[in-house]
Amino acid sequence: MNFSEVLKQSNQLCKVSPDGKYMATCVQYRLMVRDINTLQIVHLYSCMDQVMHVEWSADSLFILCAMYKRGLVQVWSLEQPDWHCKIDEGSIGLVSSRWSPDGRHILNTTEFHLRITVWSLCTKSVSYIKYPKACQKGMDFTSDGRYMALAERRECKDYISVFVCDDWHLLRHFESETQDLAGLEWSPNGCVLAVWDSCLEYKMLLYSLDGRLLSSYSAYEWSLGIKCVTWSPSSQFLVIGSYDEKVRILNHITWKKIKEFEHPGTISISKAVVFKEVEKSVVVGRDDLSIHQLTVGNSLFSTQSKYEIIELPTQVPVIKPDLDRANPKIGISAMAFSADNRYLATKNDNMPQSLWVWDMQRLCLLAVLEQTAPVRCFNWDPCRPRLALCTGNTRVYLWSPAGCVSVNVPVEGSFQVQSLFWHCSGNSLILLSKEQLCLCYMDSDDKK
Amino acid sequence: MSPSRLYTPSVMYPQNSFNVTGSFCTVENISECILYINQELSSLGFTPIFRNQDGIRDVDAVVALNNIYELLQLHRQTVGMMEDLEVDQLKSSSDLHYQHLTNSRLKDQLEHSKKENVRQHERERQLETNMKTMRNCLKDAKEEVQRLQGIIASRATQYSHDIKRREREYSKVKERLNQLLIARKDKHGLCVYSLSGMEVLNYVGRPDGRRCLWKTGKTEARHEGEMYKTLLNEFDNRQRELMMENIELKKVLQQMKREMMAVLNSKNVCRREEKQNNPVDQSLQQTNSDDEENSFKELPGISCDHAREKLTNSIRQQWRKLKHHVEKLDSQASIVQPDDNEDTISKQVHDEETEKLRLEIQQCKEFIQTQQQLLQQQLNTPCDEETGAVLNDCYMLEEKERLKEEWRGFAEQRKNFEMERKNFTEAAIRLGHERKSFEDDRAIWLKHQFLNTSFGDHMKPQCRMTDELSRQAVHEEKNLPIAAKVSKSHL
Repeated sequence: MNFSEVLKQSNQLCKVSPDGKYMATCVQYRLMVRDINTLQIVHLYSCMDQVMHVEWSADSLFILCAMYKRGLVQVWSLEQPDWHCKIDEGSIGLVSSRWSPDGRHILNTTEFHLRITVWSLCTKSVSYIKYPKACQKGMDFTSDGRYMALAERRECKDYISVFVCDDWHLLRHFESETQDLAGLEWSPNGCVLAVWDSCLEYKMLLYSLDGRLLSSYSAYEWSLGIKCVTWSPSSQFLVIGSYDEKVRILNHITWKKIKEFEHPGTISISKAVVFKEVEKSVVVGRDDLSIHQLTVGNSLFSTQSKYEIIELPTQVPVIKPDLDRANPKIGISAMAFSADNRYLATKNDNMPQSLWVWDMQRLCLLAVLEQTAPVRCFNWDPCRPRLALCTGNTRVYLWSPAGCVSVNVPVEGSFQVQSLFWHCSGNSLILLSKEQLCLCYMDSDDKK
Repeated sequence: MSPSRLYTPSVMYPQNSFNVTGSFCTVENISECILYINQELSSLGFTPIFRNQDGIRDVDAVVALNNIYELLQLHRQTVGMMEDLEVDQLKSSSDLHYQHLTNSRLKDQLEHSKKENVRQHERERQLETNMKTMRNCLKDAKEEVQRLQGIIASRATQYSHDIKRREREYSKVKERLNQLLIARKDKHGLCVYSLSGMEVLNYVGRPDGRRCLWKTGKTEARHEGEMYKTLLNEFDNRQRELMMENIELKKVLQQMKREMMAVLNSKNVCRREEKQNNPVDQSLQQTNSDDEENSFKELPGISCDHAREKLTNSIRQQWRKLKHHVEKLDSQASIVQPDDNEDTISKQVHDEETEKLRLEIQQCKEFIQTQQQLLQQQLNTPCDEETGAVLNDCYMLEEKERLKEEWRGFAEQRKNFEMERKNFTEAAIRLGHERKSFEDDRAIWLKHQFLNTSFGDHMKPQCRMTDELSRQAVHEEKNLPIAAKVSKSHL
């Protein structure tokens, strides 16, 4: 594994173009587009204010920079560096801004979710969508970019509108049977829309593309319900993580639960492998400190860590949350499928240092990774079953079915990895710290 | 026997006492004794021993002996009866004793059970009171739950009402805000709020290069159509996948069923060879063969309920039989294991052997498969590699032609040789004939010569003739070898 040099960024803004050739980073108000292989700056743009959000268009030709404080969106072109576009929302404010899948329309959500303005870069037309719902995930596009589902709320009732992205024609508008819609997500094949209620009620509704209610699922009543939802890449499974620390898997044929994954505090009877990160600090006598040693990498001072396989039964460190407060840190907050549909990684909020990897073929627990600090971010390689995670220290961790490895980021100064994501080719990882970013190139597959 | 033994002394006793204390009859009181005995005997029903008719006080000895004998018999009888009675008495007394014992035991038991009963009653009462208290608790808890649920429900309605009210307020505020923010400049030309707008250097083309279309009814219909098409495609794909899966699973099930039946049949055959014909096994065999027939008739494509049910039922049946059989074998194995019979091998060895056999079978199967594949390939390749085959055929043809030519040549030569041989033989025969004739002529001529020479010397011209003849003969002889040589060379 090779590591690149450290680059500056702000606001954790670093996005790789969909075609994988360029990387856009932001430092305050400057947008830098670099070539991904050489990391040389190809283009440099200056925006009018501190950039809060950067997004590439789907065809990798345009980049939008949103400045929420000023209510401005600036669009830059890669082909024509002197082309510019500025969208000013004025006093109505700006809360979020995103591209449409065709890469020629920008959807701005105004403050207080008053409306969504659809700005077109090809025509002079502007469309407005009223009453969008302010919720966890109120808008979703199908993966082929043809349809958009939007949650709306009128007169204390939830509605779902399906738009055709071609010309923003309203295809379907129907009432949703939720009390308080919290999110919606299209299945990867674009035919089923999963709609779930807020955490006060466990309710998952499945609507077909043409607005028919296919099925509804509710696991239990009265307790806090759904925390996060994800589809499997093949659309075969809908996985629901809830506040009762369980993951429920629904199948796409009957929409009934086929399996429930529990996250118990004690793992006893299982064929899973428990990897525990063990740190051992390198002992350096304080008398030997010298300027020279201080500057020679930080491998002398940083703690080395490696994974050890723990025998079952074993206890998973649990942090009991304060149940009197709202949004308790309990329940499954993050789930991710591997690209080949075979593995599911889940994180339980009251076991924040552990990451659970499940085998979807056998529907059983495959591995548990126990870290020394709470897991901050984890992502699957888009091409192969390889999971990268970080816990906010100077290391990046990789898991694959062959094993687990912990890699120290060998940069000067300390590079605390706050978040990471994979390059679309799966050949490199982009690591982000608070103010910096670094690329990690995967050349060899050396796993323990 | 013991009672009689017990009593024989007492039986003896009167005899002894009779002898010791003095006799009943003495010399003086014979007649009184006789009288008394008579009376007693007659009272007992015996014939009197004394007939007091003649005044002769003679004892009739015969009658007396008879009476004595009868008395003895009677005595014996009575003794026997007494013994029996004593035995009976003993029995009844022991029975009585036993009854007393059981009576006392049962009385104790009764006491004990009464106490137990009382205890159980007590316990039951306690449990009942417990249950009553628990029921009360449950009722209280249920009431509490209901009350709390009522509270929750009322609070929920209150909250939802509140939320709706706030939401309405909120949407009103939003509407107002919207109006204010989107409002145009007022009359005084002061634009309090800035408007939203976009400035762009130049408009970009659509990603697919086409122009935008107007929104008409047709486009709407088109969108609808496309949406339904997507949905239908998805349904079709899913249905196809499910059908494929279904067919695969059916195939697997049928194969399993066939294999199970094969296993069961082979086991049945073995069993029948070892034991007698069991009617149960017979029926098993029968049903198995029936199923086999049916399975071969079933096609993989049948999807009607009846066929499905039949298949699943037959699989279940076969599996049950196989399971039963395996259980039987297991139990047999566990029974047989203790005795070290030479015929039976230990389970471990058996397992190892079966593993080995299985491996072998697997290898053989793979081998057969590869062979089949290769065979298939071989059969297929002539169709695929046409030019190669044609070329091969070409070369073969050439060689074939050449070979044919050579054969033809050889045949011709052979024919020629045959002909020449025939000629030679004919010539040889002719030669033989000619030689014979020549010899004959020669002989005749010599004869003539001799005859002529014997007549005188004026037979000289004949010498010349003989010379000529001999020269002819020599020439002929010379010719003959040449001809023979020629014909020989021909050969």
